[in-house]
Amino acid sequence: MEIKLWINGKLINDDVSPDTPLLEYLRSKGCYSVKRGCETSNCGLCTVWLEDKPTLSCTVPLMRANNKHITTLEGLKSDAEELGGFLADEGADQCGFCNPGFLMNVLAMAKELEDPTEDEINEYLTGNLCRCTGYTGQLRAVKKYLEHKRKGG
Amino acid sequence: METKAVNRPMRKKDAMALVTGQPVYTDDLAPKECLIVKLLRSPHPHALVEEIDISKALKVAGVEAVFTYKDVPDIRFTNAGQTYPEASPYDRLILDRRVRYVGDPVAIIAAETEEAAERAMRLIKVKYEVLEPVLDPRTAKDGPILVHPEDNWQSLCPVGADNKRNLCSSEASEGGDVEKAFAESDVVIERTYHTKANQQAMMETFRTYAYTDIYGRLTVVSATQITFHVRRIVATALGIPKSKVRVIKPRIGGGFGAKQTAVSEVYPAFVTYKTGKPSKIVFTREEAQTASSPRHEMYLDVKIGAMKNGKIKAIELHTLSNTGAYGEHGPTTVGLSGHKAIPIYSKAEAFRFTADVVYTNVMAAGAYRGYGATQGIFAIESAIDELSHILNIDPALLREMNITREGDFMPAYYGETANSCALDRCLARVKEMIGWESKYPRRIMENGNIRAVGLALALQGSCISGLDVASVAIKVNDDGFYSLMIGASDMGTGCDTILAQMAADCLLCEPENIVVYGVDTDVSPYDSGSYASSTTYITGNAVVKTCASLIEKIKEYGAKKMGCNPKEVDFDGKRVYKTATDESITLKDLANFAMNFSDTALYASEMHTSPVSPPPYMAGAVEIELDRETGKIEVINYKACVDCGTVINPNLARVQTEGGIAQGIGMALYEDISYNKAGVMRNNSFMQYKLPTRQDIGTVEVTFESSYEPTGPFGAKSIGEIVINTPSPAIANALDNAVGVRIRELPLSPEKVYMEMIKNED
Repeated sequence: MEIKLWINGKLINDDVSPDTPLLEYLRSKGCYSVKRGCETSNCGLCTVWLEDKPTLSCTVPLMRANNKHITTLEGLKSDAEELGGFLADEGADQCGFCNPGFLMNVLAMAKELEDPTEDEINEYLTGNLCRCTGYTGQLRAVKKYLEHKRKGG
Repeated sequence: METKAVNRPMRKKDAMALVTGQPVYTDDLAPKECLIVKLLRSPHPHALVEEIDISKALKVAGVEAVFTYKDVPDIRFTNAGQTYPEASPYDRLILDRRVRYVGDPVAIIAAETEEAAERAMRLIKVKYEVLEPVLDPRTAKDGPILVHPEDNWQSLCPVGADNKRNLCSSEASEGGDVEKAFAESDVVIERTYHTKANQQAMMETFRTYAYTDIYGRLTVVSATQITFHVRRIVATALGIPKSKVRVIKPRIGGGFGAKQTAVSEVYPAFVTYKTGKPSKIVFTREEAQTASSPRHEMYLDVKIGAMKNGKIKAIELHTLSNTGAYGEHGPTTVGLSGHKAIPIYSKAEAFRFTADVVYTNVMAAGAYRGYGATQGIFAIESAIDELSHILNIDPALLREMNITREGDFMPAYYGETANSCALDRCLARVKEMIGWESKYPRRIMENGNIRAVGLALALQGSCISGLDVASVAIKVNDDGFYSLMIGASDMGTGCDTILAQMAADCLLCEPENIVVYGVDTDVSPYDSGSYASSTTYITGNAVVKTCASLIEKIKEYGAKKMGCNPKEVDFDGKRVYKTATDESITLKDLANFAMNFSDTALYASEMHTSPVSPPPYMAGAVEIELDRETGKIEVINYKACVDCGTVINPNLARVQTEGGIAQGIGMALYEDISYNKAGVMRNNSFMQYKLPTRQDIGTVEVTFESSYEPTGPFGAKSIGEIVINTPSPAIANALDNAVGVRIRELPLSPEKVYMEMIKNED
């Protein structure tokens, strides 16, 4: 099937199998930051933005992205480096496998919620599993990042 | 020694690549033309393949090959990542006619696309002779059904194994006069505890790709903790010389012991070996849940004898461990359930530890962070609290009276002495952090819920003493920057970074001046691997030794260039100088001279091993809130204090601890691999196997009370495993303190808690 979509701002016209998961398609287009951690929408690793909304790309059939804009971490290099730096400074990157999906959701949260409380942060990000850090270091990093942004960083 | 890099929080060297999502993991790097490898798996827990017809599968467009038991070498091997000769029995074939659990591979399919591989898989016709399975480990030993009746089953080490009795191993050890100590005790308690299999559930499932290199050798790239062992395992399984295999480890998306077993490697290795074409396998989460290497399920019978005043006289433990269909890590994990739990209380006069490890028809177990110690500590630390209630002594006080202290001889810990031990300080610290004196045992909240506190202690090792080895190599490059080559696998823990921190302090330079490379079996120096909490302690010591050798070479070369005796010079990190006159030559110049008409290699490599395995210690204290109407336990606060000796990188050590505690909370409250009567696992996805989320762990606070380990690098011990050991017993103890309900089987699910509460009310 013919499809038209934008990946990180770049227009792509393609002939695709419509039931290909968006996740696999994005990886085939070189967006390797998008990871698969499960098959059941439980882990959050495959989070991308579909029209700026955080979306689990493992359960999006490709045709649902037709005429839509997709953003992956590859398209947010400076944001990734800025937020990722806070994660790195806590040692909370660890194995790194969940980091891209986590960053995509934190960046979405930062746009969506104003001055979130700790509970609101944990609720917003609860679908992003991490087996290494136990989340505590991630929370420290997110709080410091949000503080940095509040101060105009 | 003054440290500038060690004991400092430093970013991981690979951090920015990881946080920005660079393609650094196995599947990101696999060549696009790889054949996709899929495994047809057995639907039966125990069966013989009577007939297998692959003719239709082979006709599917894009299918390259289908292999069955008829195609693989008749050579038994183990997937356990252990030093040769492995303690784990050689009980596997790549594909076997006898299938031993639901999920055991029956055929290997290699195709150009995933769709073709799956279509071919559905077209394979298998006729099974279905056999009666052994599903309960308590009936396995000497039972009528044998999991491994085959005559070419082999145990390479004297671990008390006997496949004709379903015994993967058995052991017994004791110290002191056990019978006398129990006879003299005022109180003797006997309790049985049951811990379940748990999945490591690292975010990156098992995955491997293979290709033939320009020299015609089989190259295997894999997410593994045991790069060198994989070389041996693959060569053994394929029946080819080890020289024909090269293994490379890229970045790994977590391991926690899962990747200390070669779960996925042999399949693409076999496909590439047979077809000559590159191939890859990526386990689905379902496969990672159902056909992998989880924690050993254990039944633990604890007997403790004590005097009325609280003095513990004797501890006895019998462990029955379920290794499942294959014996990976079976003989070794079980030992830790005794040898790393009983020595928390080394002042006891006598101990006895016995164990059986049995085969059953469920997924094979493997290595999971804590490696048996976790199970043993759940039992012992639960029993200590049960004893304290019988003796009517505060459980914290009972521990203070009996714990191992610095200088104590530890008979159950391989007869080692606790040369560095701050367990007493850790205990005091967590009591203070949780507010033990005011909160023990419980208080009733306005909403009717109960808040209660519970404690547990832990120890672990810092390597496998007398066995693990690590070598590192360091070379001086242009302008004097260093390459540090290691064979230890950084699986996200940060060992590349902490080893560079150690090297930086030894070589008196900045960590940025050191490039780290690991692991490629063709170029990296040998390291038994990243497991048994050994990397900081063993590989760290190898770094210290290698740096010392390299400095001698730099000094010799400097002296030669200055025309003096090496005894007249010293090295300050930037230059070699004459101690008498301060005449000097820079490292930069020496490094560049060494590449120009020079016969001196500024290169050193040393190996380290250790006759001892100094334990790290830990205390954990939890505050829970129990909903009396549902039995649901919520973790409110978790306070932990760790003695890992000198902390090499405080950030990474803290995150290790926080992460281990979260995993431990999952083990305590949610994670429960279980099977139905047909031997089918119930928890084959993250829907049915709940990992703790960030809303489930409460507020975790971690501190360190450092002892100084004289045999450790910079006084360091280990951190990676001990941190998972306290949550299960601490939470079970808190539950008992809350409502007098003692649950001896993990996890502490609301159903179990509620049903026990009702029983108590009756």
